[in-house]
Amino acid sequence: MSDRKDMEIIANLVPHGSRVLDLGCGDGELLAHLFEHRGCNGYGIEIADANVLACARRGVNVIQLNLEEGLALFEDDSFDVVLQLDTLQHLRNTEKMLRETARVGRIGIVSFPNFAHWPNRLHVIGGRMPVTRVLPYQWYDTPNIRVGTYADFEVLAKKGGLRILDAFGIQAGRAVRTMPNLLASVAVFKFERG
Amino acid sequence: MGSVGDVSPQSMHFAEPLPLASGAQLRDYTLVYETYGTLNATRSNAVLVCHALNASHHVAGTYAGKPKSEGWWDNLVGPGKPLDTDRFFVVGVNNPGSCFGSTGPTSINPDPAAGGRTYGSDFPVVTVEDWVDAQARLIDALGITQLAAVLGGSLGGMQALDWSLRLPERLRQCIAVATAPNLSAQNIAFNEVARRAIVTDPDFHGGHYAEHGTLPRRGLRVARMIGHITYLSDDAMEAKFGRELQKAVIGYSTQDVEFQIEAYLRHQGDKFSEYFDANTYLLITRALDYFDPARAFGGDLCATFAAARCRFQLVSFTTDWRFAPARSREIVKALAFNRLDVSYAEIDAPHGHDAFLFDDPRYHGVLRACFDRLAKELP
Repeated sequence: MSDRKDMEIIANLVPHGSRVLDLGCGDGELLAHLFEHRGCNGYGIEIADANVLACARRGVNVIQLNLEEGLALFEDDSFDVVLQLDTLQHLRNTEKMLRETARVGRIGIVSFPNFAHWPNRLHVIGGRMPVTRVLPYQWYDTPNIRVGTYADFEVLAKKGGLRILDAFGIQAGRAVRTMPNLLASVAVFKFERG
Repeated sequence: MGSVGDVSPQSMHFAEPLPLASGAQLRDYTLVYETYGTLNATRSNAVLVCHALNASHHVAGTYAGKPKSEGWWDNLVGPGKPLDTDRFFVVGVNNPGSCFGSTGPTSINPDPAAGGRTYGSDFPVVTVEDWVDAQARLIDALGITQLAAVLGGSLGGMQALDWSLRLPERLRQCIAVATAPNLSAQNIAFNEVARRAIVTDPDFHGGHYAEHGTLPRRGLRVARMIGHITYLSDDAMEAKFGRELQKAVIGYSTQDVEFQIEAYLRHQGDKFSEYFDANTYLLITRALDYFDPARAFGGDLCATFAAARCRFQLVSFTTDWRFAPARSREIVKALAFNRLDVSYAEIDAPHGHDAFLFDDPRYHGVLRACFDRLAKELP
């Protein structure tokens, strides 16, 4: 999600004028982009002090919160879009956060590293965990405590009663709609409550 | 980053009575205040700083010829500091009922029946709302229609919140630090113990100690000791004092100071009892107890904040058990419910409630960014 092109692909999924909640909003770059170019408003949620400060410096409204504690601060359906970009894989309560995302937002958009991307498969066939641009960590120091694939998410979404509105992969700054589970390093899902 | 340098307090007299929440009124009163920086041509850069329990209008700078007379928020307010006096016109005002110059229990009661005596405990009960009304009159008199921001910590934060609720068009930004939407039963309990310590001091004389030529120092000392315990975190106290003894060996005494924490609390109590007025302590703790803007809305804080219009910055500190982060989150929830602009920082600082007076770089960084954003938007 560090690439500007990746960010724009995601931003284009957000309807103009949406009220947005960005879970794990980082330094607020995407929110600032949505506010400025798509007439959106809303808040970012961050746990890291440095990111909270970066958001404040950008003029992005940010609420410092540990997502593991859920989204009790927010009413049902209080946002048009809830973003959970490159965040899901860091959370212990992945399933709960998906439920919460679908509860407070009319539309949820998640993105996460797709562990079934073919170079990752090759790493594993070779007997080692993957270390790539999207997954630059060693197995022993990775912050990604939830390791899943594009195909895995489809199963989880179904289990959680989510209706998938759009799904694709991102590879090298381009949307991948053919065999994304194999050909994309990032998985993207747009969904609503089923 | 510099100091605003030597400052001097100013005072303004108000002949028109101030109606109070209790139904009483404050007649013929004076407010003492200080200002730093310059009001711009459009009068849009004014920031009001509200004080908490034992502070005053002396927010920043020093008094000429008085060493160690820095204002209570001098680390935040000054040229190049987070609240930059090169860009903002900062106003600090002493609330009525206080004992630092504005009309309070130690002032002469203008009621002819009082025979020229001081108010003492006859000073009317004042609330956060009454203070905000008094502050608004000062802001009117300074020719300021809309404040850029109202800023306060603890009880000062409650005043900032009240501005946003009752005078919503008169501020662009509310900054409320280490505060709460009301006091918990535990908070009130601590206040009550402090008040009982004062009121049961034989030197209190029903609050008219001035007429008896005494001061209820013992009560004030104990009140301050209790207060201090609630301002510090368990960890901060442990780190600072632990179980360190005052002397090299245990003295096996029930009444002498044995542990350093005792010496610290006694020292704080002694200092406080020499400069703080007992009736003021009672009044201010009561103002804390009474603050509860949601009361008029059946306890519904979301409904309460429907009146607010300005942008909000809230800050809490993880080790503050007096006004814990959960209390600030209640406010954030109500603001988000009303789709208001809000940012909230939860600073992992070790100092407890007192952290709002320290210059933690994360805390000051957030406030600096908040004021920078505000400065860029000034009309």
